[in-house]
Amino acid sequence: MTGETLAGRPAPDRLAFWQALDSGRLVLMAAAAMLAVAAFVGTAFVGSLNRVELETAFAFGGFIAFGELLRLALPGGRQAAPIAMVGALSYALLIQLPGPHAAHSHPHLVPANPALVISVAAISMTVGALPHMAAGRPAGLTGMCTRLVAVSCVAFIFDGLSATLAQRHRPVELVFALLVLLVLFGWLADTVVSALIRADDVGARFSVAIMDEMRLQWPLGLAVGASVLITVFGAETMGLMELAIFIGPLLVTQVAFRRYAGIRATYLETVRSLARVTEVAGYVEEGHALRVSKLAVAVGRRLGMPEQQLLALEYAALMHDIGQLSLRYPISAGATVLVSPADQNRIAELGEKVIREANVLNDVAELVGCQAWPAYGHNPPPPLGSMIIRAANAFDDMVGDSKDRDRWAAALDRMRMDPAEYDARVVTVLTDVARRRIPSRL
Amino acid sequence: MVSRAAWVYISLVVLATAALVTAAQRLTGFYYAGHVLHPWVALASLMALFLVCDSVRSPMTSRQTVWSPSSCATLAAVVLLGPVAAAFVGATSVISLRRRLRLAERLFNGAMHALSGLAAGGAYLALNGHIGYPHPTQFLRLAAAFAAAAVVHVLANHTLIWGINRLNRSRGMRREGLQSSLLLLLVSDLGYACLGLVIASLWQIMMGFSVVLVLVPLFVARWAMGQFAEQQSAYSATMKTLCQAVETKDYYTRGHGDRVSKGAVMIARQIGMSADRTEAIGFAGMLHDVGKLGVPTQVLQKTGTLTEDEFAAIQLHPMRGLKIVQEIGFLNEALTGIYHHHERIDGRGYPLGLAGHEIPEFARVIAVADAFDSMTSTRSYREAKSQEAAVAELRKGAGTQFDPLLVDAFIAALAQEKWPLQEPTGRPPDLTTVTVQDHDDPTAPLQVVIP
Repeated sequence: MTGETLAGRPAPDRLAFWQALDSGRLVLMAAAAMLAVAAFVGTAFVGSLNRVELETAFAFGGFIAFGELLRLALPGGRQAAPIAMVGALSYALLIQLPGPHAAHSHPHLVPANPALVISVAAISMTVGALPHMAAGRPAGLTGMCTRLVAVSCVAFIFDGLSATLAQRHRPVELVFALLVLLVLFGWLADTVVSALIRADDVGARFSVAIMDEMRLQWPLGLAVGASVLITVFGAETMGLMELAIFIGPLLVTQVAFRRYAGIRATYLETVRSLARVTEVAGYVEEGHALRVSKLAVAVGRRLGMPEQQLLALEYAALMHDIGQLSLRYPISAGATVLVSPADQNRIAELGEKVIREANVLNDVAELVGCQAWPAYGHNPPPPLGSMIIRAANAFDDMVGDSKDRDRWAAALDRMRMDPAEYDARVVTVLTDVARRRIPSRL
Repeated sequence: MVSRAAWVYISLVVLATAALVTAAQRLTGFYYAGHVLHPWVALASLMALFLVCDSVRSPMTSRQTVWSPSSCATLAAVVLLGPVAAAFVGATSVISLRRRLRLAERLFNGAMHALSGLAAGGAYLALNGHIGYPHPTQFLRLAAAFAAAAVVHVLANHTLIWGINRLNRSRGMRREGLQSSLLLLLVSDLGYACLGLVIASLWQIMMGFSVVLVLVPLFVARWAMGQFAEQQSAYSATMKTLCQAVETKDYYTRGHGDRVSKGAVMIARQIGMSADRTEAIGFAGMLHDVGKLGVPTQVLQKTGTLTEDEFAAIQLHPMRGLKIVQEIGFLNEALTGIYHHHERIDGRGYPLGLAGHEIPEFARVIAVADAFDSMTSTRSYREAKSQEAAVAELRKGAGTQFDPLLVDAFIAALAQEKWPLQEPTGRPPDLTTVTVQDHDDPTAPLQVVIP
């Protein structure tokens, strides 16, 4: 949830296309492009396809394009296309079952070689992305490339195994187990590549990013995996018709996810807006809450906080001044850094009390409540999130929305001189984050 | 309690089901013998699937989330074993593992699912659907028959439920805005019904394991819906808390937003607003006075007449409220409610002085609930009015200050539902947090110096 608006936001669209790319993205896109070109060439060399092959290719291609059209926005500004993934993976894993079932196999459906799978996936993903581009939405190239690379890996491995699998005496259980492993592998490939890109994007550590990615993706991955197995085995009796039938339940599942992601986005949007009540009431400067939360999340991410904690940190940073609403008169320009420690603590505790009322954001309330504690010498020591908010708040109180480098440097120096109040690690990272905002001289 | 009419209805459904199932059983037997290996195993597995699906039916209170994927088990039974077996699978609903079901509900659910299964099986056979393992060569015809069966199943199901809901309304069930959610419900039911054919098709290859495989996406969807419900309740709790934080500025108006929200929702339901809009108006009611934060405390707490400037500051509060919440994307229509909630039907309100139906519906609704709550709450300059007195004031203002239709709707809703009265307030602990004049109170208009 934190990603789409905060420090980690992909470069703004004003930049030229190639400027917006960082090295990780470039490598990924180059890999995907090479795979696609190689696949096209490979398919062309194999020669013309027969009618059944063409029908299969078109059916799965249509399915994938449809799935790409119905992309799903997940928390954290991520994008998934579960239905496209189901289509592509199933197409890659189509198999003529050995043993007694072979007699039933459908005459209108045949497995495809990896080159054909990759070509079909690449083309239909692009086709599915076209309407998005026409509507002015981002093309989502990174996500498409990630999916294509994952599908390609699975297709190649499966191709190596399929000769062995097709032998008549292989029990169906073995085939099933192997398919499960392959689907799992596909999911892992997708997750690892996504985590690499994301770590690069938002400046998180890879180890943290991969855990975040896994935690977030496993339910969807599970549904995709099971759906792939159902599709592969169902093709045996249902032929291509199954794609038309199975799209129903897949759609309903996707709607459930969409609603979940939607309410999370709304939640954050609302807290972000309501945090501005302190500004409208004249308690703090305009934009203070939003700036503090951006800074705090950027610092927290660099310090290796996982996404769940970052979300709590963002909420806490947005609402850190809510305790001021209980004050009779606004304090001067809302700068809590200028009032006495006792008053700072009182405001923090009032804020904590307010948030605890909701009874669903207790971790957030704790961060708000401890935000005025000094970094050292307080017993118990404040949680990391509170120290981050304290530093980010002090920085913004001193600097505001000014872009004056000297002022920034002076504020950071002042915090660095006061290691008992502000945690040294936090200030170091804060300096680093600030330096990226205004290059040079800090 | 279940009304007598409802009992009669339930008994009729149960009897009809029993008679029809018996008749069908005479015709075809329990299942189509010889079409499927180990038919009893199949029947037992499908019953188990039905039970699991039925028991995990989401316990969500929020609208649009009645979720019954159990139809896939019934429909798989139609394809593999025939209509009678499908009826038995549906009847498993009687022993549903959901607790807190009353006997009447269990009986009705069992009969309803059995009858729908039987009807679906009948439709399937009528269209020449093949019973047993789906075979690749005839799959197209089978799929068509199955589609008909699924539609019949969903329709039968919803018709029977519609009947019981109609009869049971007397026991205080509110008219929910069903129109928009009903379509979603039908579509998602049909979507899950497709899984029946998928299960049947996989049966030949992996028997009962196909059930396990199909359950995985179902449970993931359920997980997502559970997360949705959790987030949604967390969301409204947070919203409520933030509104309360705003209200701490004034001792007497505590809980005002919450009550106005409830009142607005009562009116919305009474006039049959759709579920989406009802939810939105709830939020609008909660947030309608958020802009009061921007009004200097000294002005809010001033005794006696206000200068023109001070009155202008108060008149600005809807505008400031709009400024705070306008970035909350989904609120859209609610924003108009917040911005215009002090307009009057006769055009003498603020901020724009709109009249009659120029005023957005949301704003007209909120205006009624807002004034009513203000009058029935204690203020520093007067005790709370009785509800009757407040209703009389609303009637008096109907046509000039309020929309008369909405006043009627509110009064009708009050007769059915209890108004969440302000908790009895003693004297405020701290006299610095008291508003002396209430801008919402129609019986004590703000006194402004006329220059």
